Amino acid sequence: MKISIRFFASLKEALKTDQIDENIPNQVITIGDLRVYLSKKDSVWAESLAPHKNIRAAQNLEMVTMEEPIQEGAEIAFFPPVTGG
Amino acid sequence: MKIAIQTEDFDLSTELDLLRKGLPGIGGINIFVGTVRDSHLGDEVSAMELEFYPGMTEKCLQDIVEQAKNRWDVLNTTIIHRVGKLLPMDQIVLVAVASTHRGDSYAACEFIMDYLKSYAPFWKKEHTPEGSRWVDARISDEEQLKKWNK
Repeated sequence: MKISIRFFASLKEALKTDQIDENIPNQVITIGDLRVYLSKKDSVWAESLAPHKNIRAAQNLEMVTMEEPIQEGAEIAFFPPVTGG
Repeated sequence: MKIAIQTEDFDLSTELDLLRKGLPGIGGINIFVGTVRDSHLGDEVSAMELEFYPGMTEKCLQDIVEQAKNRWDVLNTTIIHRVGKLLPMDQIVLVAVASTHRGDSYAACEFIMDYLKSYAPFWKKEHTPEGSRWVDARISDEEQLKKWNK
């Protein structure tokens, strides 16, 4: 399944990228699965996306939980808790 | 309803004129303006950078305004949030709510600001003498939301 993944703020800086396109394997079903899958890229990705890190996610511009199933062609985003205002 | 995310500053009286235009039923307007402080966590802050998620941030703010309209008598709203590099004393955010009576505009303005702080995708980075750092989310901001669920 093809998806695009965006990163913001501290996560974007740590990973040195703001967007990647991925063709994910069938066993990556939820946003949480995708987080684990991406963390296997290398040690920086593993540290940045580690389970203890407070990371939020969105799918197609809507905030979602890690349990949310990934939709075909979706734009997924990972980012730290928001700090506007 | 006006929602704007912009690098430029905003002028309060211009925004108030726009908010009120053609709405003689308005009896009260509540305004919140957030500004850049020169210190945070004991460190001097010389500048701040704000990042957002184009598309999602506007949509999120629209959803928050809709929720406020469902709860209170809201005749019109303006939300302006600045992004990019800002300096101490600069205006960051404007939330203005117009309603028939003041009670609704006070409550809706506070509600919109509380939800903006916890849900709208904006991120702040501070420049201090020790270098730059991303601002951590405050637990107290999430605590603030609980009062709206009572």
